Amino acid sequence: MAEVLLSTDKLVKRFGGLLATDNVSIEVRAGEIHALIGPNGAGKTTLVGQLTGNLAPDSGHIRFAGRDVTKLPAHARVQLGLGRSFQITSVLREFTALDNVALAVQAHAGHSFRFLADARREASLRGPARRGLEAVSLGARADVPASALSHGEQRQLEMAMALAGEPKVLLLDEPMAGMGTEESQRLVGFLRSLKQRCGMLLIEHDMEAVFALADRITVLVYGRVLASGTPEEIRTNAEVLQAYLGKAA
Amino acid sequence: MIDALRTPRGVAAALVLLLFAVWPLLTQALHQPYLLSVGTRIVIWAIAAVSLNMILGYGGLVSFGHAAFFGIGGYAVGIMSAEGIQNGWLQWPVALLASAVWAAAVGALSLRTRGVYFLMITLAFAQLVYYLSSGLEAYGGDDGLNFSRSRFPGLIDLRDKATFYWLCFVLLVAALWFCGRLANSRFGLVLRGAGSNELRMTALGFPVFRYRLAAFTISGVLGGLAGILLANEGTYVSPAMMSWMKSGDLIVIVVLGGIGALFGPLYGAVVFFAVEEFLKPFLDLAHKGWGEYWQIVFGPLLVIIALYARGGIDSLLGQRHG
Repeated sequence: MAEVLLSTDKLVKRFGGLLATDNVSIEVRAGEIHALIGPNGAGKTTLVGQLTGNLAPDSGHIRFAGRDVTKLPAHARVQLGLGRSFQITSVLREFTALDNVALAVQAHAGHSFRFLADARREASLRGPARRGLEAVSLGARADVPASALSHGEQRQLEMAMALAGEPKVLLLDEPMAGMGTEESQRLVGFLRSLKQRCGMLLIEHDMEAVFALADRITVLVYGRVLASGTPEEIRTNAEVLQAYLGKAA
Repeated sequence: MIDALRTPRGVAAALVLLLFAVWPLLTQALHQPYLLSVGTRIVIWAIAAVSLNMILGYGGLVSFGHAAFFGIGGYAVGIMSAEGIQNGWLQWPVALLASAVWAAAVGALSLRTRGVYFLMITLAFAQLVYYLSSGLEAYGGDDGLNFSRSRFPGLIDLRDKATFYWLCFVLLVAALWFCGRLANSRFGLVLRGAGSNELRMTALGFPVFRYRLAAFTISGVLGGLAGILLANEGTYVSPAMMSWMKSGDLIVIVVLGGIGALFGPLYGAVVFFAVEEFLKPFLDLAHKGWGEYWQIVFGPLLVIIALYARGGIDSLLGQRHG
């Protein structure tokens, strides 16, 4: 089996009396798509928050790329290769699509304490950024302000930004949200093609996409891991059927 | 550079700079020495506004304590002068260093907060320096401190009003040049990106705090420079130069000129002082004593700008790019 890149060990997060993350241990391996599913309020977003470093767990550990990152701030985890996309589209609206990706390239290129040279004329930033835009079929929209892009295009832009950092693992928080059927299908194909480049933790409500993509699925209910296994195992798991998938499966 | 002159924005900037460049000659020809000192103050305030625009306009951080740098730069010069150190080569670096240290310390604490909390904490720190300075009995306390202009032996004589003006003008041009370069540099793009979407910049892997702290410190040094000049202009420092109202005036100038626009602070300073200088006598002309209340007219003017011209004066020059 491929090496484990990202893992949590008995992660616990409480909000007052609510146990939002209850002893969760999961792992993401190189080259796999690990899907995290569960009903609303199951604690998926809370778990992602702890993985990215925006929330601190009460106990337990998070390991990434061979080291304990539990206490590492969010930006440092990104620099280690933990990329993410947002549930709600998040781009730099005043900047052009190309500027957005170029900033992602810049973040990956070391420190930015350079005060005088025009960053928009640096070929080492613009070149990779342009290629990144082309990879998500946004090449023709490079000079359009991000705010003027359609919702679907902004999602593609986010993907290009996340990939510009050459992540080892990508956290995808509902990437299909708000997408039409055709767009979702295209994204499914794109994510599949990414598998050689990085492992992925996919949080998604679109079950069709989940079962089409995932190598493994973990079901989260009330902050606990209800079941974890291959899509086939999850599809036939009686508990999961009852708790979540219901008749839909 | 030449390309920039093909746009209304470039033409306006060039014309304003040209006017400022020949201002002492104009005031001399018109026998209006008073207008030279008004011009000097506009240039100095524009430098301070450029420095505030760096963190407010590019960084999206509304600092309500920027006048503290007037005070720190000014008092450093004033106190050294009172202690017998007249040499500018000593005074100025110490004053700039003091501003940097203060900015770094205030930034390290206040940049952990956001929005209105940031505004309040920067105001609180500025008030701290304000009361500290009025407690400096040895240096005039509330009454302030008189001294003479910094000496740069063999180089320039700042006691000459036109020379002093031109020094301020050159420093303003340098500040504008630096800010213009900074805005499009790697550092500037990170600062502006964080101003528009901090979470996104963190998710790209930028340690946003560090960049903001650096920007806050650079801005503080530039603000301290304005303080040095302001103190030299009046050959006088007092706590009043760093009252919260001065910090408010600086914000008004930046907003008036156009938040985040390179030349906005200069336009803002020109209009702000022009209104102050001309509205007062104009109102007095209408009715003796009304001049005192010029802000009753100026206030609604600002509200109109806030409501209808969000980009300030700069936005009158057309759409801004990048």
